[in-house]
Amino acid sequence: MATEVIDVESAKTGDVVEAVYEHPWPVRFSHWLNAIALFVMTGSGLQIFRAFPSFGAKIPQKDLLHWPKAFAIGGWLGGALQWHLTFMWIYIATGLFYLGYQVFSGNYRQVLFVARDVRGVWPMARHYFFFGPKPPTRQVYNPLQKLGYTGAIGLGVLSVLTGFAVWKPIQVSWLAWMMGGFHLARVWHFVVMWAIILFVLGHLVMVVLHGWNNFVSMLTGWKSDPEYRTR
Amino acid sequence: MDEKQFKKLNRRELLKLTPLVALGAFALPPLREPLLMKGLAFSDWASGKLFRPGHLATTFCDSDLTPFEKFPINDYDVDDPEVDLENWTLTVTGAVAKPGDYSLAQIKALPKTRQNTRHVCVEGWDVIGRFGGTRLSEFLKFVGADSTARFITVECADDYYESLDLATAMHPQTLLCYEMYDQPLTRKHGAPVRLTVPTKIGYKQAKYVTDLRVSHVLDRVGYWEDQGYSWFYGL
Repeated sequence: MATEVIDVESAKTGDVVEAVYEHPWPVRFSHWLNAIALFVMTGSGLQIFRAFPSFGAKIPQKDLLHWPKAFAIGGWLGGALQWHLTFMWIYIATGLFYLGYQVFSGNYRQVLFVARDVRGVWPMARHYFFFGPKPPTRQVYNPLQKLGYTGAIGLGVLSVLTGFAVWKPIQVSWLAWMMGGFHLARVWHFVVMWAIILFVLGHLVMVVLHGWNNFVSMLTGWKSDPEYRTR
Repeated sequence: MDEKQFKKLNRRELLKLTPLVALGAFALPPLREPLLMKGLAFSDWASGKLFRPGHLATTFCDSDLTPFEKFPINDYDVDDPEVDLENWTLTVTGAVAKPGDYSLAQIKALPKTRQNTRHVCVEGWDVIGRFGGTRLSEFLKFVGADSTARFITVECADDYYESLDLATAMHPQTLLCYEMYDQPLTRKHGAPVRLTVPTKIGYKQAKYVTDLRVSHVLDRVGYWEDQGYSWFYGL
């Protein structure tokens, strides 16, 4: 994977900074499409959950939590199902497009967490959470980022698989069986959703902390003056 | 490259994301409904493709059964539409060789099937019940249903209505059910005859059935479908 690098000269000061093409178009496009689809899937999923906010018996019904209607999409069960059953195809198509691109372009190397990244996770976590020194990096993504993104992609795959097990427990009964049955498949689908929500919250915090240039790079692909480039 | 050129390059890259704006159509009220209906129709089409006519729903042993008193009574209107059980008949119309009114005795004379299957509600809960009755496929054969027909529509004593694709109607676990837990159906569970369709979601399994029509076109879909729920909803 050859990363494209250019020098950008400021008209006012004459200073030169490097700009790196970090995110090819298919990655950016699927990132934002996925963000929209995920928003709709989560919102409508929570409205669906409101219809029976439990994982136990119907009689007697013990509600797990009362999710407010204001933080859900669809207004009622039927409406939420329409959103869920429409956007799941967008969500799946986006995921397949993204994974297909990453594999065939080789761009996956930028994001895939592999064995040699393991030892870099702790120093990075120490830097972020315990004010440790900033480890030097030479890559677009540091090991902790790779772990986070690879994990998020894994959660995306799991959300689809658990969703299918809940939607088609008979036609894909093997999938429901692998998840410990229909009841547990529904639990896993719910758990995976919360894991994704947690990831997104952490992701948003990191986006805020890393500033404007970093944010722009997911829109245009180009990041000016990236911290990992030292000359 | 100077700053101006770089900005131009960035703008060009940003413009490549503009197709995403198309999703904004879902935010426009006049377009939202038709788009979501298209999505639902696509899901139904995919569900039809995923359905395997010979693939059986899981059956359970008696110890897995939900106790009868904990089997929920769900209806859209009344628990008991006060069917006249003495004079009840099932009126069969449409693409059949022998249309007419069929008595419960005639239905019971056909081979009986008993099965412990899962009943899944669209709300998210499910129960495992014991159902007994005659296979709908058996009854359709008995009345001489046209094998090229595509749909079954039922009308109910509480004005509920439902429809099934023929592949599901012919599925070996789809029953004209007249017993639950080895007892005649109670009034609240749909006496004297209800549909049991373990390969479908709960609302497809109409209770208090009074009419059955075999047809080539689907002109009466279902009560909940007309409120915006999925038609096929196979599990």
